[in-house]
Amino acid sequence: MNMLIYLIPVALLLGGLGLGAFLWSLRNGQYDDLDGAAWRVLEDEDQPRG
Amino acid sequence: MSCCAPGTEGSLDMAGATLALPSAEELMLASRDLGDGLYQLDLSVPGVHCGTCISAVEQALMALSPVSKARVNLSTRRVSIVWQVPQDETAMDPVDLVRAIKRATGYDAHLLSAAEEAGDVMKAQLIRGVAVTGFAAANIMLLSVSVWSGAEASTRDLFHWISAMIAAPALVYGGRFFYRSAYAALKRGHTNMDVPIALAITLSYAVSLWETLHHGEHAWFDATVSLLFFLLIGRTLDHIMRDRARSAITGLARISPRGAMVVAADGSREYRPVEEVMPGDHIAIAAGDRVPVDGLVIEGESDLDLSIVSGESAPVAVGPGAAVQAGTVSLTGSLLLQATATARQSFLSEIIALMEAAEGGRAQYRRIADRAAQIYSPAVHLLAFLTFLGWGLFGGDWKQAMLIAIAVLIITCPCALGLAVPVVQVVAAGRLFQNGVMVKDGSAMERLAEIDTVVFDKTGTLTLGRPQLIDTVGTPTNIAMAAAMASRSRHPLSQAIYNAFAGPVPILGTVTELAGEGLSCDRPEGRYRLGSRAFACSGTVSTSDGGSEVVLSLDGLEIARFLAEDRPRPDAEAAIATLQQGGFETQVLSGDRRPVVAAMAARLGIDAFEAELSPGGKTQAIAALQGDGRRVLMVGDGINDAPALSAAHVSMAPATAADIGRQAADFVFMHDTLEAVPMAIRISAKAGRLIRENFALAIGYNIIAVPIAIAGYATPLIAAIAMSTSSLIVVANSLRLNHAARQAKVSLPEPDRRRPAALTAKVSPA
Repeated sequence: MNMLIYLIPVALLLGGLGLGAFLWSLRNGQYDDLDGAAWRVLEDEDQPRG
Repeated sequence: MSCCAPGTEGSLDMAGATLALPSAEELMLASRDLGDGLYQLDLSVPGVHCGTCISAVEQALMALSPVSKARVNLSTRRVSIVWQVPQDETAMDPVDLVRAIKRATGYDAHLLSAAEEAGDVMKAQLIRGVAVTGFAAANIMLLSVSVWSGAEASTRDLFHWISAMIAAPALVYGGRFFYRSAYAALKRGHTNMDVPIALAITLSYAVSLWETLHHGEHAWFDATVSLLFFLLIGRTLDHIMRDRARSAITGLARISPRGAMVVAADGSREYRPVEEVMPGDHIAIAAGDRVPVDGLVIEGESDLDLSIVSGESAPVAVGPGAAVQAGTVSLTGSLLLQATATARQSFLSEIIALMEAAEGGRAQYRRIADRAAQIYSPAVHLLAFLTFLGWGLFGGDWKQAMLIAIAVLIITCPCALGLAVPVVQVVAAGRLFQNGVMVKDGSAMERLAEIDTVVFDKTGTLTLGRPQLIDTVGTPTNIAMAAAMASRSRHPLSQAIYNAFAGPVPILGTVTELAGEGLSCDRPEGRYRLGSRAFACSGTVSTSDGGSEVVLSLDGLEIARFLAEDRPRPDAEAAIATLQQGGFETQVLSGDRRPVVAAMAARLGIDAFEAELSPGGKTQAIAALQGDGRRVLMVGDGINDAPALSAAHVSMAPATAADIGRQAADFVFMHDTLEAVPMAIRISAKAGRLIRENFALAIGYNIIAVPIAIAGYATPLIAAIAMSTSSLIVVANSLRLNHAARQAKVSLPEPDRRRPAALTAKVSPA
C-alpha cells in the first residue's frame, strides 16, 4: 500500500502535465488557424517571421 | 474572383464596387495599444482563401517599414498587424495597411466589431472547461475503478478524499456555465435543462462528501464529474457551431456605408463618420458610391440601383430635386445631396426598427431541448422527491432515503439529452456547410423542419439580380464597338453587354454618360450612341416587351440591338418543382413591377405571387400567412426583405444578400443554385427525426434505469456504466446523419470558385 503514496501523485502529475500542455497550446494559439497551417507548410521562405 | 494572382486588381475593382475604406481615425480607434508605441490591429479580410493569399498579404504588409508583425489567420479570415506608430503622425497612415492588402490581392479589409470578439472568449472558456473536467473525470474514474474492484476500507477512504479534492475545482470551473444558466432561468421563473443538471451535480457532490466524511462505501464523485464532462462537450459543440457560422457571415463584406464626404459651405471636403452627418449637410456621392443617408439631390444626375432597397431590378434615373434613400448605389454619375435625415432616421434604420418589431414570433420559439426540459425536470424532481418520501416513510431510514433519492437524480440527469441535440445539430450543420449552406444556430434547423410554406423574393433570390444578354443582333464590329462603350459604365445593362463579349474591343476616346439615357462617343465615322431606343434613335419608341432593350446607333441609325433580362438562378425551376413535390406551398413576394413578377412566377411554375410590396407589406404578407397557421420559410436578399426575414418562422438568404439581410436570415447559402433550399429542408428534417429518435432512446434508457435507482440498487458503478452507455448510444445514433446525408447529397455543379474555402471545412468532432 505504501507505493500508493508516490504512485498516485505521479499519476496525477503526468495527467496534469498533459492538461497543462493542452491549455498552453490553446492559449498559445496553436488551434487558432488550422486551415492556414496546412498552407504554410508549403511555403519556401527561409526567413522566420517576426 | 480569380485567386490572388497579381494583375487581377483591375477586374476586381470593376466587379467589386468600390467600398469605402475605413478611415484612419476608425483604424486607430480599433487598434490595441501594446505599449512602446506599438499597436495591434485586427482586420477581417473575407477574401483570403489559399496559401498564396497568406504570403501575398503578409509580404505586402511586412514591406511597410513600421509593420513589425503581420499574420494571416486563414480559418477566421483575419489578419493581425502589429506596427510602430511613429512620433510624427504624418509618416504612417493606418489606411496604408488596408491599401497594401487591397493592392497586393485586390481584397477588401474590414474592421471587426466588438461583438465578434465576445464569441471567441466564450469558446475558449468552454474548451478549457472541457479539458479540465476531462482531466478530472479520467483521474477520478481511475480511482473509482480500484474502489469498485474491492479496495480496503482505508484505501477506499483515501481514494474518496483524493477524488473529492479533484472534483471540487472541476465542479466550480466546469460547472459555472450550468450554474449561471440555471440561475438565470430560475430568476425569470422558468426552468431549463440546466436546472436539473446543476441540482444533480451539486447534490451528488454534497452527498459524496458527506459519505466520505463518515467513511461511507458509496461516493458519486466519478458520476458527478463525468456527467459534467459529457454535458460540457455538448455545450461546446453547440457554441462552436454557432460561432463558426457567425464569423463566416459577418466576415463577408459589409454593405452599409461607414462615412460620407461632407462638403462644407466654403467648398472644403471632409470625410465624416456616417453618424455625424446632420440633416442639411451637403454630401458628395461619386459614381459607384452607396448613399449613406436619406437626402435630396441638389446637383448632378445619375442612375440609382434600387435593387437592394425596393427589389426593382432596373436602375432609376434621378436628377435635381429627387429624393434618394440610404443604401441605394449611384451607378453612372456624381451627385451632390442635401441630407434630410440622420443615419439613425434613414431608410436603413427604419428597416432595422421594422425588423425588431417583427422579431416577436421567432423569439417565442422554444428549442426542442428546452421544451423537453420543461416536462422533464419537474417530472424528475418529483420522482426523486417521491422516492425520498417513500423510502423515508416505509423504510424509516431517512439517510438512506436521501441517498437513494440522489441516485435517482443522477441516473435521470439529462446527460444523453444534453449531448443528443447538439451532436445531431453539429453534424447536420457540418453537412450543410459542405453543401455551401451556413446555419446560424441549432434552433433554426428545428424551425426549418416544421415549415409548410416557402416564400421567395424575386430580384436577387429567384433571379441572380443582374441582367444577362438573351439576344444580340448586329455585325461583330458593331458589337465590339458596343462592348467597348459599355466597358466604361457601371450600369448593369452595360456590364451585361461587356461581360458577354469576348475578344478585342476598339480603343475609344471620351465616352460621355448621360444618366438615365445612355452612353455616347464621337468618332471620325460619326456619333455612336448606346442606350435605350428613345435615346439612340431619337424619336422612336421601344418595341420590346419584357426584358430590357439596348440599342447601338451611329448618327441616329440602329446598327446593333441587345436584349437583356434578369435570369433566374440555375436550377430555380427544378428546386421549386422539388419543393412543390415535397408538399410545400410556394409563393413570390416582390417589390418589383407586377408584369415582371407575374412573368417570373409563371416561368418558374409558382401560382401565388404578390408584387409592388413595400418592406412593411412583405412583413404583413408573411404575418397574414402565419396568422393562418402556416409556418413560413422566407427566402430573400434585399434590405427590403430584411423585416420579412425576421418575421418569418425561419429564413434564408443568398450570400450575395445585403449585409442586413444576411444578419436577419437563419441560413445563408453560398452557391448560385437554389437547390440549397430543398437540401437544407431535407437535412433539417432528417436532423429533427434523429433528435426525436435520441429522445426516445434516452427515455427508453430511463425506463430501465429509473426503477433500478428507485429500488435502491443503483450503486455508483451502475450509474457510471448506465450514463456512459446511454451517451455513447445517442452519439452513435446522431452520427448516422453523416452517413444518411452523404447518400442524399445533391449533385452540385462545378464548385463555385468564389466560395470561401472555410465553408468546406469540416466541423471538427471535438
